[in-house]
Formats: sequence, structure tokens, C-alpha cells
Amino acid sequence: MSVNRRTFIKAGAAGASLALAGCATTPSRPLARVVVIGGGYGGATAAKYLRLWEPRLEVTLVERNEAFVSCPISNLVLAGAEKIENLTVPYDGLRKYGVRVVRDDATAIDYDKRVVRLARGDALPWDRLIVAPGIDFQYEQIPGLDTAEAQSRVLHAWRAGPQTVALRRQLEAMPDGGVFAISIPRSPYRCPPGPYERASVVADYFLKAKPKSKLLVLDANSDIVSKPALFRGVWNERYKGIVEYRPNSELVEFDLKRNIARMQVEDVKADLFNIIPPQRAGMVATDLITVNRQWCGVEYLGFESSKIPGVHVIGDAIAPAPAMPKSGFMANNHAKVAADAVIAKLTGQPVNEDPIIANTCYSFLTTTEAVHVASVHKYDRQQKTLVVVKGSGGLSPGRTELEGQYAYAWARNIWADALN
Amino acid sequence: MMASPRNTVGASLLAAAALYGAASTAAAQTPAERQVRGWAASCAACHNTEGRSIGGFPALAGRNADDLYRALIEFQSGKRPATIMHQHARGYTTDELRRIADWFANVKPTR
Repeated sequence: MSVNRRTFIKAGAAGASLALAGCATTPSRPLARVVVIGGGYGGATAAKYLRLWEPRLEVTLVERNEAFVSCPISNLVLAGAEKIENLTVPYDGLRKYGVRVVRDDATAIDYDKRVVRLARGDALPWDRLIVAPGIDFQYEQIPGLDTAEAQSRVLHAWRAGPQTVALRRQLEAMPDGGVFAISIPRSPYRCPPGPYERASVVADYFLKAKPKSKLLVLDANSDIVSKPALFRGVWNERYKGIVEYRPNSELVEFDLKRNIARMQVEDVKADLFNIIPPQRAGMVATDLITVNRQWCGVEYLGFESSKIPGVHVIGDAIAPAPAMPKSGFMANNHAKVAADAVIAKLTGQPVNEDPIIANTCYSFLTTTEAVHVASVHKYDRQQKTLVVVKGSGGLSPGRTELEGQYAYAWARNIWADALN
Repeated sequence: MMASPRNTVGASLLAAAALYGAASTAAAQTPAERQVRGWAASCAACHNTEGRSIGGFPALAGRNADDLYRALIEFQSGKRPATIMHQHARGYTTDELRRIADWFANVKPTR
């Protein structure tokens, strides 16, 4: 395609979206200004639904990356069964809803002046703020991994993107007969079944390409946190002799020179480590943290911060309600409850006192077969939190290719729901 | 429309939807309309925005309300085979399912 043609198409698309925004918005003075920090599963969805449901709002989404990259499905990139490009969605689709997308780093929030400070651009004023910063890592808790050099060699790959691709390269470079160790932090962390899915699909890669290799799962928790019987089942059957699970294995220090993980009870040597560190709400949300120096407390009718009024927090950064996983699906559902509450507050309407949200997490046990866990959550007025509805939800009976296809169908639909 | 049980809330909501046009529009919404719109938005995490699935799962937008409701009730009872929908349907009362089915029926299949 020639440059001229590309430019022409871009100009055409911009014209079309302008026209659409024009007929959707009209008033030159918006009803109110809402800023959304973070364009992941939660933030992108919130920005879109704010404009979908209330076109009189001026909505600005601040995101540091050029495009959205999905964590769900990204373990298949590590297994060599998927490409990161296929998990990457541009932010252009949000513009047709009239969302202003600003590519910048939100460095600080001034709660008195009600502005979000950016690394490069002018500060963004807001009447209501939605903070969807995802997670940051608590490397300071692991001596030996608290340097940039250590972190560039021992990867987390727990935010999809360059680290995912780099860890795949490390796995490819590991010789057959090598030992690969995954370290899992104490719950709660982002994506409860994610580390075990990672172990499963990487074991599938070993089975096919490096059958003499071993995979150690070093879990700080006393048992598999999510879908335990399903993961244990496939490890004891298909990956017997490859996967070894060690519970109560909390990493306390890492020896970079000798490639040794010091656990509370033993030292573990491996050829390649993937250390998923303990996590906390993203840095920009630091002032909103109320629970265990990690998570931002919210009220669950509108996800408004329990610390600072007018500010909503959604996604992995929140202090979770009982049995509420830190998942992309949940972040998407938080976003819609928060968007409706923000609109209600800005237009003087009552907040919905009976929100119902749900969760589904698909996990691949082989590179083609998946299982799921599901739940439905309703607001309980006595407990003032979202609780799992009795009798709802459950697990797959076993892995199937059909659910592998559904996992992809889910991913494509939720990406469209958030971004297109 | 007549075969399935219908409660007064569902009926009044349908009437409201008929008065004010499709429930999916961004036009002023009553608290009850906003509530069911919010419930239905949860389904969009698999069935895409306003139920306009891009594939792999059924589209819900603009489908017959009674067909949708019957399917949800049959998922709930286990009569209709499913991998996951029985587990989701059991999280809702029949009244909630009725209102969600009616809401999707009132959505335009294409934007």
C-alpha cells in the first residue's frame, strides 16, 4: 500500500468519526468531564460505556501504551501456539464513540485541584475520575530482584507485551532436559488460574519439543488457588514426569549470580525462572490504597473509593469482594457498574442499588483444550458487598476443544466490547 | 408473548420501552431501565456490546423476547444442554431473566 493511499484512508476514517461524534454530541459545553486512567480491560470499557450511555459527557482516556495487549490468551504465546500481534488491539475504535484517547503517563492525581498530571502533556481536569491502573510489582519484597538488571533477566511476563515475547525466547533457548521454575505469590494476585495455566501450556510445549525438561511450580499458597482438581488432573496425567507442584513455597530472596531461588524451606536451582512477584494497585493509585498496603478499598454499588469521594477505582487494583477474582472479565463488569454510577451522580439520579455482575475465566490445559470457572455476584445490603449467588457458577467437568474455541470467542467478543 | 409467565414489573417495563423507544438508546433512562441495561451489560463480556456478538456465541440483539426468556429458563433448569449458561442463568431470578430477555429483544441488531 502506498503512503498516499494510506494517508487518504486515515483521513477518510477521521472524517467519518468526526461526523459521527458531531451528531452524537452536539453541545459545545459538555455536561461534565470524566477522566479514565488506564486502558486495560476495565478502563477502556469504562470510557466506551460512559460515552455510549451519556454522550453529553466529555470522556478522556489516558493510556501509556500505543495499543491494548491482552493478558488472557498470552500464556499461549509462551507455549509457541499464538502470536502477541493477535492479542493486540489498537485504541482507534474508541474514537468513534467520542472518547478522547491521550497517550501519556498519568504520573499523579491532584485530588484538591481535581486534575490528573501527565508525564508529557498538560494536566487533565476532571469532575469525576475513574482509576483503572492495574497492578504494579512489589519487587522490594524480594532481595536480589530489586534491581533493574535483575528484573531484565528474571521476567514476570505478568503484563502482556514485551516480557511475554522475551520469556518465550528464553523458553526456546532453554536446552531439552532443563528445569523451568514458575514462582507464584500469595493470593490475591492478578488472574488466579493464570500461573497454573502457564505451567500447563508450557508443559505442553515441553512435551512436544523438549520432553526431557522439567517444570517446577513454586507456589507461596498452601494449594492451587483456582480450579485445583482440573489443573492437578492434567499434571498427573498428560504432564506426569514434567510438572512438579510444590505448595507453601514462598520466595524470600533470589541469588542472581547462581540462579537460585531461596524459599522459606529450601533453595531451588533451575535453568530458567519466571518469577511472578507479589502485587499491589498501580503506582498512580497509591493514595487510594486502604487495604494491606496493596489494594484500593471501594464501595461496591458504584466502585467509588472508600477514601476519596468522586473517585472510582475498578479492575485488579481494588480490594476484592469475597470470592471476586482479579480478572479481565470482572474488570469489564466493574467498569459498567462504575460508568452507570458516574452518570447517575453527574445527572442527579439514584445509583442502582441492585447491581448484578458475573465472571468467567477460561484456562487452557493444553494448547487447544480449555476449562472454565464461572460465578454470578449480587449486592448484599446487609454485608454491603457483592457476594456470589448461591447455586450460581461452577467449573467445567473436564477439558475440551469446544471450550478452547469458546475461550477464543470470549476473548474476541470482550475485546470488541471494550475497544470497538 | 402469551405462553410464558409474565410479572407486572416486566410488563410495565415493556410498556415503558414501547413508549420511549428502544431500551438500548442513550436517551434519558428511568432508574428501572438503567438497572436492566446494567444487568444486560454484564452479558456483553461474552456476547459483545448490546448483544451484537461478533461470533462464537449467539447474538442476542433484537431476538424474540419469549425465545430468549425460554432459553434462559431452560438453561436454569438444566433442560437445555450447556457448557456454561446453566451456571450463569442460576445466578438470576426468573423476573430478572424476563427483564434481561425483554431488554435484548428491544435492541436493534445493528448499530
